[in-house]
Amino acid sequence: MPTAAAASIFPRLTRMDGYYGSYVPVLAIIVVGAVLVTAMFLGNRLLRPSRPSPEKQLTYESGVDPVGTGWAQIHLRYYVFAYLYVVFAVDAVFLFPWATVYAGLGWVTVGEMGVFIGIIAVGLVYAWRKGVLAWT
Amino acid sequence: MPLLFPLVVAALLFAIGVYGVLGRRNAVLVLMGVELMLNAVNLNLVAFDAYLRDVLHGGQVLTLYVIAVAAAEVGLGLAIVLVVFRGHGHIDADRMRDLADRDAVDDAIAAESAGESAAPSRSGVAGADPEPVAVTAAVES
Amino acid sequence: MSVVGLLFLLMGAMAVGSALLVVTTARLVHSALWLVVTLGALAGCYLLLGAEFVAWVQILIYVGAVVVLLLFALMLTRAPTGVQTGLTTGNRVVAAATAGVVGLVLVTVVVAGFGGARVSVDEESVGSATSMGDAIFRHWVLPFEVLSVLLLAALVGAIVLSRGRASSGEETP
Repeated sequence: MPTAAAASIFPRLTRMDGYYGSYVPVLAIIVVGAVLVTAMFLGNRLLRPSRPSPEKQLTYESGVDPVGTGWAQIHLRYYVFAYLYVVFAVDAVFLFPWATVYAGLGWVTVGEMGVFIGIIAVGLVYAWRKGVLAWT
Repeated sequence: MPLLFPLVVAALLFAIGVYGVLGRRNAVLVLMGVELMLNAVNLNLVAFDAYLRDVLHGGQVLTLYVIAVAAAEVGLGLAIVLVVFRGHGHIDADRMRDLADRDAVDDAIAAESAGESAAPSRSGVAGADPEPVAVTAAVES
Repeated sequence: MSVVGLLFLLMGAMAVGSALLVVTTARLVHSALWLVVTLGALAGCYLLLGAEFVAWVQILIYVGAVVVLLLFALMLTRAPTGVQTGLTTGNRVVAAATAGVVGLVLVTVVVAGFGGARVSVDEESVGSATSMGDAIFRHWVLPFEVLSVLLLAALVGAIVLSRGRASSGEETP
């Protein structure tokens, strides 16, 4: 449906190929979004009066005067949480193609994915046993 | 589309990554250069997959694996960078000379760089981050 | 020149331009944000080359996870916002020369080797999630399983490296 609508609007792009044609709406949304944001900021800049003062240049922190600098060091421990997220994002990425084919390829594929997740789960168990998952 | 487009973009990205690795002092920025080089390789793999019309999609599958390997690599690399930061109070690649094969020239360079940067870095470490001292104390005990 | 070729040139120019900013900008956090632009433009390149699934994985893993990790590391180390001097080494001229030579050699090689070759993408050569799943679980299963071991090793390594002295102190008794 959206492809057909796009085909009537952008015949030159969609004429080439079905694969590219299916991405014409994506491209259109990106272009419209970029144009919209640019136009809004440009209109804002053209319409507003500009009288900067030191008070106006302060970072807005819900009405409270900002304290310190923009940089604050967070504890090193949180790095492991971030990295656990990355590892399981990689894990999840392989679940998508797997989900489209396991019905056709049978239980062997389910077992292969089980081994993959099982081995990574060992890492999660290790993290848990070492106590790095404790959120104190 | 000519095959040269992706290949030239990949070559330029790789060269920029080489500059990032060799020319940046902050270790995190060095890792960003490594990421650029890996992405150049990925673009080559995808381009040749499309060019050779690989029925096994070897290039694209290998790209997926390289992306996963890059995630593992950047995780370990940043962990090492954080350990260096905890121990030294900086992640300046020029000043990490503990494993250098020292000779007279190296010592002269080290003394010179220490002389020019000692005052700000030492005060920065003492003022903002007491952890390095505490860590070494813990290791020794 | 075709529309696809033009779009690819646009994306490629975006990737190369923002990559140049990644390695030259004087603000640490801006460097990571320009890396996002580079990786996003590369995802567009993958889409134009027919690697549909790889493009979205690029967005998910690289832009969504790896750059977050890099920003995290910048927050954990000393990364002041604002312009900084001394982000490039003293041997930046040598580095730039090396990079220039590498780029020149690579471009020469690919121009000499693949000057007239053309890429065409159609329905059969598109790497959708289904065709990628088919390829991975039919032909490339062993590297896939090895990958899990690699991820496990990296995870354990990161945990060992980043455990603070508090947790190692708990462990000794």
